Amino acid sequence: MNQIVLLPVILPLLGAGLCLVFGRSALAQRVISTAILAMVVTVAAILLVRADRFGPQTVNVGGWPADIGISLVADRLSALMLLVSTVVTLCVLLYSFGQGIVEFGRDAPLSVFHPTFLVLSAGVSNAFLSADLFNLFVGFEILLVSSYVLITLGGTGARVRSGTIYIVVSMMSSVVFLVAIACVYAATGTVNLAALSERMSDLPTEVSNLLQLLLLTTFCIKAAVFPLSAWLPDSYPTAPAPVTAVFAGLLTKVGIYAIIRTQTLLFPDNDLQTLLLWAAVFTMVVGIMGAVAQSDIKRILSFTLVSHIGYMLFGVALGSAAGLSGAIFYIAHHITVQTTLFLLAGLIEYRSSTTNLDKLGGLARAAPMLSMMFFVPAMNLAGIPPFSGFLGKLALVEAGVDNGGWLAYVTVAAALATSLLTLYAIAKVWNRAFWQPAEDADDLDHESHTGSLHGRTGVSTKTERTSTWKTETATDQRLPLGMVLPTLLLVACTVALTVVAGPLLSFTTRAAEELQGRSSYVLAVLGGGG
Amino acid sequence: MTPNLPLVILVGVMVAAGVTLVLERSLTRILIGFVLIGNGVSVLYLVISGRAGTAPIVGLSDDPMSDPLPQAMVLTAIVITLGVTSFGLALAYRAWQLTGHDDVQDDVEDDAIRRRAEKDETSTTFDPGDAALPDEEGSDTPNRGATS
Repeated sequence: MNQIVLLPVILPLLGAGLCLVFGRSALAQRVISTAILAMVVTVAAILLVRADRFGPQTVNVGGWPADIGISLVADRLSALMLLVSTVVTLCVLLYSFGQGIVEFGRDAPLSVFHPTFLVLSAGVSNAFLSADLFNLFVGFEILLVSSYVLITLGGTGARVRSGTIYIVVSMMSSVVFLVAIACVYAATGTVNLAALSERMSDLPTEVSNLLQLLLLTTFCIKAAVFPLSAWLPDSYPTAPAPVTAVFAGLLTKVGIYAIIRTQTLLFPDNDLQTLLLWAAVFTMVVGIMGAVAQSDIKRILSFTLVSHIGYMLFGVALGSAAGLSGAIFYIAHHITVQTTLFLLAGLIEYRSSTTNLDKLGGLARAAPMLSMMFFVPAMNLAGIPPFSGFLGKLALVEAGVDNGGWLAYVTVAAALATSLLTLYAIAKVWNRAFWQPAEDADDLDHESHTGSLHGRTGVSTKTERTSTWKTETATDQRLPLGMVLPTLLLVACTVALTVVAGPLLSFTTRAAEELQGRSSYVLAVLGGGG
Repeated sequence: MTPNLPLVILVGVMVAAGVTLVLERSLTRILIGFVLIGNGVSVLYLVISGRAGTAPIVGLSDDPMSDPLPQAMVLTAIVITLGVTSFGLALAYRAWQLTGHDDVQDDVEDDAIRRRAEKDETSTTFDPGDAALPDEEGSDTPNRGATS
């Protein structure tokens, strides 16, 4: 039964092969990739239940003992990450059917999209399930190489430009990761995480600190933590909407997952707490400052993505069970919400052929459905009370206050300020793209600008301006149902996260306790296993 | 385990040369730099695999064998480096097709800021009206004082 741990990695790879075989038939590709991802979602759900009931599910690939061969483990954290990521991936895939021809054009190599997308999914699953550092590296490489292909899809000038930066940065982070693995192996003689967790404490402090810094540098580049985050807002916005959405949802979270895994297993006596907390503060504040200054929806969302990585890092840096639980909850929340928002940005782009706030306007009247779909996850991102964003932030802030150190309080303050500024950035998008009359959009100057500066007065400004509303510059193009339904499904997921927040929080608490206990993971990997 | 000094020096030289090349603008040079760094790191795996000279195969003889794990890892790493490099070369070629050169171009934001600075323009989010408004301490500037 444990063998099903293999499926989330193997199935998408198999599907990618099949998709290539049926490269000429778009329909066959669609059926194959949907079926494969639906199966992976089912497997992930089963793994989640089993990991919660019976402890970590382990499989040793090829029957080699764990400290020599490759083992895959699904404990509570991995299984939750896997489930959330595959659900999101499936929705994005469905969305891409609706968008396919429009976005990629007839000349673009459409047949490449599905296989690459499935390989990306396999890489993400492999990274989440991997129980040794080198397999984690391989997982990263699988997802990175397929992301290289996806981000430069079609090979247009803008995508080649932004893709180059992304690729060079990722290549360098991979090299740093290789050096880190070499150093870990030289110091301990193993790359298995469970074995490492037993041997790491025997190392001199200087050596283990060096290893921790090397690994953190790698993962912080992938997760876009502040000093190493400059690549993200520049490279994400130019890619096609489904690609950006899945990157924003998953790739940075894989980095955060790797940080959680290595911090809790290898370095439980966290010497670098101060450094991580400062990194969290700067990631949150600098990221959101960037978002405030932007005037393109995709770029604003990219900057909020960087900024909210800080929240997760904050939870990890605290090192307490409450902090970890908050961070895990926040990851699950943020994957769904950020993906949904990027898909909505794609819908806006489809409808108005731009995501630039200077050119958008009047969408609330022209596309009321779209506006409602945007409003819910947007408020969720900003952390307005009933939503899961609020609950996640609350859990993190509580954990920070429990910690009691002055730096924890500084971080809490930064988290609150960031939340407020997120609301400001989102309100700016809302006011200028949805409420501001379309005709004002062209001569953007003082008036509309004040409207966005004082978000709360937006309501009155709107009613005053309704009379002057004559034409709509937004094209009268109906949104294809194939794009709307998956987005709606994801919006429903973000709301559902709020509804099930109670059970989910108790689950993440159990996951955090399991992470801190370490023994069940180590026992599952090293003792026996299938 | 005593590390093999010539190999360590070789790693240092290759990585240093690679880093120098990566700092260049042209994507082709960056890729050559990446290959140098990647191969340097591969040599690092030879350093960590310990003494050379014996076969890394279990049960071939009773002599102590070389550690097979780093070799398996380095093989994987070499393959990945090869794949990524070939993709990078294709990308450089595409960039050359599109623009006539393969220089890595600036961040959009950097570019916008530099162009604005050249034209001596303020950003669209900068509101001269707000900037002219004094804060509490600034309220005694001459022209504002005259109007209020």
